Formats: sequence, C-alpha cells, structure tokens
Amino acid sequence: MTEGLQSAPVLAPDKAPAASSPWHARFLDSDIWASFKRSKLTMLATFLTLLFLLAAILAGLVAPQNPFDPAQLDLLNSRIPPLWEADGVAPYLLGTDEQGRDVFSAILYGLRVSLLVGFLGVAFSATLGIALGLIAGYFGGTVDAVIMRVADVQLTFPAILCALLVDGVVKSVAGGQLSPAATLGVLVFSIGLSFWVQYARTVRGSVMVEKNKDYIAAARLIGLPAPVIMFRHVLPNVLGPVLVIATINLALAIITEATLSFLGTGMPETMPSLGTLIRIGNNYLFSGEWWIIAFPGVALAILVLSINLLGDWLRDALNPRLR
Amino acid sequence: MKTGMLAFIIRRALQAIGVLLTVGIIAFAMFRFAGDPVNQIVSLDTPAAEREQVRLSLGLDDPVPVQFARYLFRAAQGDFGVSYQFRQPVSDLLAERVPATMELALCATIFATVFGVLMGVYSGLKRDSILAKVFQTVSLVGISLPTFLIGILLIYLFSVTLGWLPSYGRGDTVRIGWWTTGFLTLSGWTALIMPSITLGLFQMTLIMRIVRAEMLEVLRTDYIKFARARGLTTRAIHFGHALKNTLVPVITIVGLQFGSVIAFAIITETVFQWPGMGLLFVQAVQNVDIPIMAAYLMLVALIFVVINLAVDILYTVVDPRLRTTIRQPA
Amino acid sequence: MSQPVLSVRDLHVEFVTRRGVLKAIDGISFDIAKGEVLGVVGESGAGKSVTGSAVVGLIDPPGRIAGGEVILSGMRIDNLPPEELRRVRGKRIGMIFQDPLTSLNPLYRVSEQLVETIRTHTNLSSSAARKRAIDLLAEVGIPAPDRRIDSYPHEFSGGMRQRVVIALALCAEPELIIADEPTTALDVSVQAQIITLLKRLGRDHGTAIMLVTHDMGVIAETADRVAVMYAGRIAEIGPVRDVVQNPLHPYAKGLMGAIPSLEVETDRLVQIPGSMPRLSAIPTGCAFNPRCPFAFDRCRVERPEPIQRDLHRVACHLYDETTIRAEALA
Repeated sequence: MTEGLQSAPVLAPDKAPAASSPWHARFLDSDIWASFKRSKLTMLATFLTLLFLLAAILAGLVAPQNPFDPAQLDLLNSRIPPLWEADGVAPYLLGTDEQGRDVFSAILYGLRVSLLVGFLGVAFSATLGIALGLIAGYFGGTVDAVIMRVADVQLTFPAILCALLVDGVVKSVAGGQLSPAATLGVLVFSIGLSFWVQYARTVRGSVMVEKNKDYIAAARLIGLPAPVIMFRHVLPNVLGPVLVIATINLALAIITEATLSFLGTGMPETMPSLGTLIRIGNNYLFSGEWWIIAFPGVALAILVLSINLLGDWLRDALNPRLR
Repeated sequence: MKTGMLAFIIRRALQAIGVLLTVGIIAFAMFRFAGDPVNQIVSLDTPAAEREQVRLSLGLDDPVPVQFARYLFRAAQGDFGVSYQFRQPVSDLLAERVPATMELALCATIFATVFGVLMGVYSGLKRDSILAKVFQTVSLVGISLPTFLIGILLIYLFSVTLGWLPSYGRGDTVRIGWWTTGFLTLSGWTALIMPSITLGLFQMTLIMRIVRAEMLEVLRTDYIKFARARGLTTRAIHFGHALKNTLVPVITIVGLQFGSVIAFAIITETVFQWPGMGLLFVQAVQNVDIPIMAAYLMLVALIFVVINLAVDILYTVVDPRLRTTIRQPA
Repeated sequence: MSQPVLSVRDLHVEFVTRRGVLKAIDGISFDIAKGEVLGVVGESGAGKSVTGSAVVGLIDPPGRIAGGEVILSGMRIDNLPPEELRRVRGKRIGMIFQDPLTSLNPLYRVSEQLVETIRTHTNLSSSAARKRAIDLLAEVGIPAPDRRIDSYPHEFSGGMRQRVVIALALCAEPELIIADEPTTALDVSVQAQIITLLKRLGRDHGTAIMLVTHDMGVIAETADRVAVMYAGRIAEIGPVRDVVQNPLHPYAKGLMGAIPSLEVETDRLVQIPGSMPRLSAIPTGCAFNPRCPFAFDRCRVERPEPIQRDLHRVACHLYDETTIRAEALA
C-alpha cells in the first residue's frame, strides 16, 4: 500500500526522497505522513477505526455471549438495563434486549457483520467498476458508449434505491426464505451493483489519458497483450484515486447495509448487523428501554464518522490541489 | 428568435426520453422475468392448466418486444398491473400515496434550500468565524450520519422525551379532489416538521457546502474585484453580485436533488410511518411485490426526468448567457 | 507647479506567506499631475498591478500596505477607514481592468451595472442616472446607446465591452483613472481605438491616468511620462520621449531595445538574458545585478537609491557621482 501511495502521480516530485532509502524511511519522510501527523482529528479517526476493526475481529474472544447462538440466550435475562443503572446485572455491560441478548456482545458481532458486508461490498464494486472502467477506456467505441450510458442512467438514482431494487429482485428470483449467509451475499451483491459507477468513471478517465502515452505504445509494440498492459501499466496509475473512493465508499456501503437492514430487507434478526439491532431497538424506543437502540446507534455513528474523516483526509493528502 | 434555446431544450428532451426508455426496459425486465405476471391474477393453489390459460390471455407467449411495447403502452396510461400483496391495481395504490410523499419532499426541499443557502452564504463570507466552523461540523455530521439514525434521534428528543411532536403519520389530512393534504390542519403541519428535517438535512448540508464553495469562488472573480473598484457597497457586492452568481449551481442542485429526495423519502417514511410511496415501496421489497417495485422505479424516473427538464429551462431564466438570442450588436 | 492629483511616497506592499514576508513593492515614489498620463511598465511580477491596487486600497490579505503614503489631491487616502476608502473608489478614482470579458457581471444588464454605480456615488434619481448612463455610453463611443444599454455583457464584442468598462470607471467623473493592462486582452485593431479613447477622455476631462502595461509600444504612444519597474522598485522614471530614446538604466536600455523599430532594420529583437527574480529570491544589492552587463562589485552589495539625472530619475550606481568620479580617474 505504501508503494501505491508513494508512486501516486499527484505527489510533488521534488518531495520524493531518494529511491535508495528503505521504504519505512521514505514513508516517514513523505507528505502523507506529515499531513497525518498534523491532523489530530485524523489520528483519532484512525484510532477509532482500528479499534472497531479489532473489536469485530476479536468479537468471539471479547464478547461474553454469542448472540447468534439461540442456546446462549435466556428470556429470563431480557430487558436488563446497563450495568451502571440501578437494575443492572453483570456481565451485561450495556444491558440486554427483549430476547435476553447481551447488547455489548450483539454490537461486537453486529460490527463484524456490518464491516464484512462493507468490505466485501466495496471490494465487489471496486472490482466491477475498475474492470468496466478499464474495458471502457481501453477499447472505447461502442463498448465504452454502452458502459458509460448505463453508468449515467444509474447515477440518476440514489444508490439506496438501486440496492433496494437489486435486493428485491434477487430475492424474488431466488424465491422463498434465504439463509442469513445467503442474505449477506445478496447484500454484498446489491451494494456492489450500486456503487461501481464512480470507480468506472475515474478509471476510464485515467485510462484515456494514459493510453496515448509513449510507454503504452512501447508496450504494444513489443507485443504485450491488452490485459497485461492494462493491469501492469495502467492500473497502478489509478490506484490513488481508487483508494480514496474506496475509503469513502466503505462508509457509504456500511450505511447502505445498515439502512437496508433497518428497513427490514437486510440482515435477519437471527444474524443481526448494526442496522438490524437498531431496527430491533426502535420497537422499544417508547417503552423506556433506550439502551437497546442507543448503543448500536452510537456505534454505527462513530464508525461511519471515523471512516468518513479518514476518507476526507486521504482525499486531501493525495490531491493537494483540492484543498 | 430563440432557436438556440429551443434546440437545447429539444436535445435535453430527447436525452430524457432515452433515460425513460432505459428505465422502462429495466422495469419491464423486472415485471416480466423477475416476477411472474400470472401471480397477479391467480392464487397459489390454482391448477397448472388454469395458469396456462391466464398465461395466454395475458399475452405472455407473444414475442418479448411486443410484450415490452404493450407494457410501455399500458404504463403510459397509468396501468402498471396488480399488486401481489393487495390485489389492487398498482396505479390506485400509488396515486393514494403520491400526495403524502410530494408534500414531504416539498417541505424538505424548502427547508434544505432556505437553511442551506443562508448557512452557505454566511460561512462563505465569514469563513473564519466560529459560527462558520460550527456549520462545517454540522455539515460533516449531516453528510456522515445515516438518515434513519437522525430520524430516530429526533423522535427520541421531541416525541419520547419532550412530547412536543408526533412520532408517526401525517396528522389530520384534508381531501381536495383526489389529493389529500396535510397543509390545512395544525396536526398536519406538526407532523411534517420532523420528517422534513430528517429528509432535508442531507440536502441542506450539500447545498450549504456548494453555496460556500461557490461564494468563495465568485468572490475571487474579476467582476467582483471590479465591483469593489467601482466603490459599490459591501452589501451590494455580496448580496447583489456574488449571491446571484452562486444561485445558478444552487438551482441545479436543488432541482437535481429533488428526485433523490423522493427516493430518500423511502427511509424517512419508514422511520416516521409516513403513508407515502416510499413506505409502499419498502413493503413491496419486503414482500417481493414486483409490480409495485417496477412501477415505483418508472414513476421516480419520470419525476426525475421532468425535474431535470424544468431545471434546464429555469437555468436559461437566471443566466442570460444561455438565452442565445439572434440579436446582433448594432 | 500645481498640486499633483496622485502622489505616492515611499510605498511598501508585502505579502505574508508561510515562507516569510515577500516584498511586492519595495519603496516606490511617483506623482501624476492633472491631465497627465503616467505609463507604468515592466515584466509581469514587477509590481505594476499591485501598485495600482495599492493606490485604491484593494490589496487583499495576505497582502498589506506596509509603509508609505498615497495622497490624492492633497488628501492622504491609504489610512482611511474602509467605508471612506470605498467612497473614494469609483467616485474619485476609476479603475479599468485587463479583461473586459470577466470584468462585467454576466448576470446583470449593462444599464443595471451603470445605474448602480452612478447612484452609489451621486444623488441622481434612477431616471436621471439612466440618462447619464446613456450619455456615458455615447461618450465612450457605443453606437445607439439608448438601445444597447439594456443588453447583457455577453451581447457585446470584446472592444465594446472594454468601452462599457471605461464608461463604468467614468461614472462619477473621477480625478484619476487607473488602467491596468486595458488593451492586453483585446485584438490589435481594437487596442488602438481603446488607447485613443482613453487619451481623448483624459484630455477632455483633465483626468490623470495611470496606465499599467507591459507593452512599451502602448506607452510610447500614449504616456506623457513613464516609470519602468523592476522587482518591486522603480528603475527609472522620466518623460516618455527621453526614456524611450535615451534610457539610462541598463534594464530600461534592454527594454527599449526590445521595441521593434520601423526605421532601423534589426535581425532580431534584443533580449535581456535571464529572467526577473521571484519575490522570494531577490538578490542583495541591485535586484537587476545578475542580469546586468555593467554590474560591478558595489551593485552586488548596496541597493541603488534613485538619482536625478536631467529629467530622469534613475536607480543605478552607474550614475552615482562617486562612481563617475572613479571612472574618470581610472
């Protein structure tokens, strides 16, 4: 990753340190590191994002309960308030919900689902978008026209609408009830299909610029096949902007998943994501069990805000002209 | 006289028809292939022979282009088939829900525009002031937080804790012809407040950011420098010259975003149980009611395209350069 | 000699940047008499335009006037509060900028911009202001001004637009007009017309004109006196005929050599080797010393102060008494 950042064409050339120094020295000397150290907010956002990632990965070790396992839930322990309230019971730090599910554990496991869908969704949309962008830009003509027309039309609709439609259609084609794992797959698919346009446009633009340069002509002359040229020579040049889009889209993908789950078309209650937890908690908003919704809501808000801050900073750091 | 403008509008209208056709193909594909139109007519335990009968009567054995043409023809007349869940014509269901969504989207847009422009102008003119920094922070939160969380937060504050505003529904509505409006009752207005803010917050931050950026951009232009050199008052320069020039992109954004507002209303309507098209759509997705999904898609596309055209025309009103006249300098 | 319309005394302008303070104007002094045209010439970055902006107080942060005085008809104006300075701009000092395409607000009719300026500085009613606006357009040579006045800027050609800009500068009968590269953006054929117009207006109204340009040809044709600027200082100032025909400063010599002459056949234009230093890297001593063919030790350490030589004032050690005496002895 460091290599990709270093070779990003937007960096001022006179700031590039000698290639002979070791990579970590080069990184510590770079503009990106300097701007990172300058922004306290970015450091906080990075810390929180890493914390959430760690919590999601280690959920099985940290959480006192596996909320996906019905055998561990006890209805007698339902609706217990957080530990610091008068009726709080250990080990239920943040209280329990209607089904006796420990809210803290549910958040950790929900975080895992949310991040998994987010990362896979971004990976899928980036792969799709980069591939289509490379194809459109490199081959041009009718292929290009068709791909970009579709992109234009799709861009007129908000991603959440696309995701809902894809979600609905896939469920209709599949028919019947889907398993939680299959639902996760459907979510990744619908999010991927909703967010590919931005990658495709960016990559296509860069390809159009790059493909007329001498080194591409040289690669063609020595007879490298088109896919090799694209992946070996064109792709590295667009990784900077793609990374920025991916970071910002990670937040969007997590929001989209949460929204779909909140609307009741996403993750089921048997394998809840943060969005599903908020949907569950929303039923207890009026009956006084505020903790069932508050903590998942705060977790989602902080997660999304941190990733957004990180994305904003990355965009500015990689592209000084935008500042 | 204004042939240039006419050609411009015709070109845009053709593009709009292109978008509608594309969406029509998607909607048709969903209607025809993702959902089985036979299901609209028969119940689950209907015998196979009878299903085949219905199949023939619906023309499902005709060539696909013929079916597509028929679908578009019917859609143009407002016939989108029958809902699986409700066993009612989709058009009736939608028509019933249109006023609620339209009134909500209108209020949200007005809210977003008024506050977005005010905050944007202020933070453009006094970009180092504390209030401008507060606005920037609010805008970051507004852009980052999921809509439904904001809605829930508002409900918790103003309905659960303070008990000031209703948490769901439209309040009392008045029927005028086929249109039901919440604008004529007090409960209708109070019911509109929180959903409008929830729905408009994202657009508001967007407008604020754009107005601020435009304002900073315009204040750097030569004609502003020249206006200062002419000794015009600061007020005239900021609110006469600069603001009018920032309004052009604002109109575009407000217009283009209106389609998004209607689509985003899906979430807001679910949070506030607002009886609009979005809520109907979410129920359709939950219950795999394909005819409603297809019809909703077409309707949103139509609204979007009409608004885009209106924005293009409005553009020419604000910006005289686009009113390409044939009148030549004497 | 009567009091000069504009008198600039030891003016300093600085730009505060992250890398330190840059001196854009480093102690310049000059006068402009009633009805006189002072040409200010130099390469881009020499500080010509900054001088013009500083006179009317239009230096924006991070720039600032760091010292010196600007006196308009005996009244010091550089230290006026912003609101009073605004009343001077447009009323007593008119400005004309380089690009007429961007100097006018595209969204307002010419009539609106003229009437607005006139009414800002006078007590005329709007109908009287409109009448004056038409008269002004007629005076700057716009045909059929009563019809053309309601056009938008984009409906005029470049030359006509510059005439409108001049009319705007004339709105309140200013004592001084600062014309910042008024012809640079225009076609060659139109340039002469605009210059003739400026000269005529200056003569008819007795207006003093500060003509900023990098075009020695324009200066030679228009100005009464000329100031040659280099790296934020005046290298030489004097009557235009003397400076053009008999420049003293080595830089002025190079500049005059760069005017193509019709009488003397030259194979190529004489060029001064090198380029003007950036503000962040002005050499010690005389700023011109690295490019000067006559530079000697003193030029590299001591900054030359202006010296009166006949009708010229020149900042060059070559004309210092001690140097001349030393040369005579050698």
